[in-house]
Amino acid sequence: MKPPLPVEEYMSPGHLACQGCGAGIAMRTTLKAFGKDTIFTFPACCWTVIDGPFPYSSLEVPLLHTAFETTAAAAAGVKAALDILGQEQIKVVGWAGDGGTFDIGIQALSGAAERNDDIFYFCYDNEAYMNTGIQRSGATPYGAWTTTTPVKHFKKEVKKSIDDIVAAHRVPYQATGSVAYPEDLFKKIVKAKGISGFKFLHILAPCPPGWKARPDDSVKLARLAVQTGVFPLYEVENGVYRQTIKTPSRKPVLEYIKLQGRFKHLTNEEINEVQARVDSYYQLLEKRFQD
Amino acid sequence: MKKVIMGNHALSHGATLARVQVIAAYPITPQTQVVELLSEIVADQKLKAAFIKVESEHSAMAACIGASSAGARAFTATSSQGLALMHELLHWAAGARLPIVMAEVNRAMAPPWSIWSDQNDSLSQRDTGWMQFYCQSNQEVLDTVIQAYKICEKVLMPAMIVLDAFSLSHTYEAVDIPDQELVDRYLPPFSFKYKLDVNDPHTFGGLTKPDWYMEFRYKMHEALEQALPLIKEEGKRFGDMFGRAYDTLDPYRVDDADTVLVTSGTAASTARYTVDKLRRKGKKVGNLRVRVLRPFPFADIRRELANAKKIVVIDRNISFGYHGIFAQEVKSALYGHCSAPVFCFIAGLGGRDIFPETIEGILAECGRAKKPKQDIYWVEVKK
Repeated sequence: MKPPLPVEEYMSPGHLACQGCGAGIAMRTTLKAFGKDTIFTFPACCWTVIDGPFPYSSLEVPLLHTAFETTAAAAAGVKAALDILGQEQIKVVGWAGDGGTFDIGIQALSGAAERNDDIFYFCYDNEAYMNTGIQRSGATPYGAWTTTTPVKHFKKEVKKSIDDIVAAHRVPYQATGSVAYPEDLFKKIVKAKGISGFKFLHILAPCPPGWKARPDDSVKLARLAVQTGVFPLYEVENGVYRQTIKTPSRKPVLEYIKLQGRFKHLTNEEINEVQARVDSYYQLLEKRFQD
Repeated sequence: MKKVIMGNHALSHGATLARVQVIAAYPITPQTQVVELLSEIVADQKLKAAFIKVESEHSAMAACIGASSAGARAFTATSSQGLALMHELLHWAAGARLPIVMAEVNRAMAPPWSIWSDQNDSLSQRDTGWMQFYCQSNQEVLDTVIQAYKICEKVLMPAMIVLDAFSLSHTYEAVDIPDQELVDRYLPPFSFKYKLDVNDPHTFGGLTKPDWYMEFRYKMHEALEQALPLIKEEGKRFGDMFGRAYDTLDPYRVDDADTVLVTSGTAASTARYTVDKLRRKGKKVGNLRVRVLRPFPFADIRRELANAKKIVVIDRNISFGYHGIFAQEVKSALYGHCSAPVFCFIAGLGGRDIFPETIEGILAECGRAKKPKQDIYWVEVKK
């Protein structure tokens, strides 16, 4: 039987990810889809640490660390150089967390998306500034505890829709991905590799310490996020939305949030509010799905 | 070929002759013509380069960092607020040891808004690790871009070519635009040993603990120390090939001068006019123009000022609560080596003209005093 993903590994053991880190799984799957002819740019994010301290690296591809807000611009620079130097076949990937994408890096992201630079931008989204110790970001969902949204004053604002923001740039390809659906993510990356211009992939990456969840629940949580409609899996190709993992009967959001300590303070009323917000956005999105 | 061109276009021609491969820039007055002309040159395919029209100066430098890391010769241009916005990435480019060359048109910092010249923008970046060349003429601007790539790519550190807003950036002068063949013989293509390479993958800039970080900083300092003789050597070699030699300093009638005016940028030409005028009256004055501020030419400064009885520094900048920055640098070089008093004058901020009369006034003020009566003199300021 042919394995669903290539057996080749481009991420070595010895990396510094926490147990059950979604960002680690996301990278491993992503690298399988890209292979060796790929260059990464990393801003400040968990992966700054995960890769390993100087002089070690756990990745078998070249990697340029860059400042927090510069992922997309630095990647665009690398790509421009490769094109001029006759190495057009090499793929360039900006790889950033949610803080580096939704917040501080959104300007460079928007610039590169608008210019339709021929790069890949990956956001591994763990829904807070996890590397600095769990502070709220624009990606933190309604209801969540973080160290800057304490239980008495939990996050009251809705999660920013980075996907809609990127879609407003009318990029040729964008998709959401999940560490619980590696085949789906792999297929999307392989497809994106055949498309020139700006590609955006947004992966939900559960964070056991930040979500106050069990490390062995990470994949389960990622799957529940899809099954409840919290994080639907779809792709947008030239403006056409297609849901890649169908969820005809969505599970209650409670099943997802009850496994996470960051939501444990919520009252039944507040949980209903979470459900209502998830329903409302899901229904909005569902109308766009053409397949 | 001689052409009458503005300072900004001298930068564009310099970058073109240096065969830059990636340009990333954002508009800001008074730099804009640098990249306008370069866009045309690239669009006309007279230069094989990618031009990334970024959404900010911060991204301009980020893109240059990416491009240079991948092995391309990268160029950008900015000024004032734009340079300040880049600040974080100036440290990054130098720390990453990338030989990026940037044109920086000196413009005063806001508020209040000003588009006119002073040096507080570039001097605020003094400690980032970038080499700084302060130019006096459009010819020097063009020539320095070419020399800078040569020097930067040998020591793997970045450089900024600094020129005064309007009095150089927008002033038209006759400039010899050298033949491409000759420039190619002077400046070989950029070949980067430490680039991002899929066949030899490495991680650049990763988390470094206290056991190694200091060594990275030591190597940066060592590189700028190595750059100093190289600047002199390459300036001389440039002279042999193009007929125009350059050095860290540019002395004028200094040898027998009792009083030496120390200036930078275009104020030097006014200073020299004044020196000639006063010399005709029998006054022994001279002018020392500082061309290279980083790496700082300690030995050259000490040598040129060894015989001076009075040193008068005109600073088109101010370190608030201290004094002029060039004066500070000169004093630090002379301490323990020379007992001549150093007078510190602040003039020409925010584009205020420095006239020959301004300089005569400064010299008259010093003429009356054996040593400075105050640490800092503000010239022609309304109090």
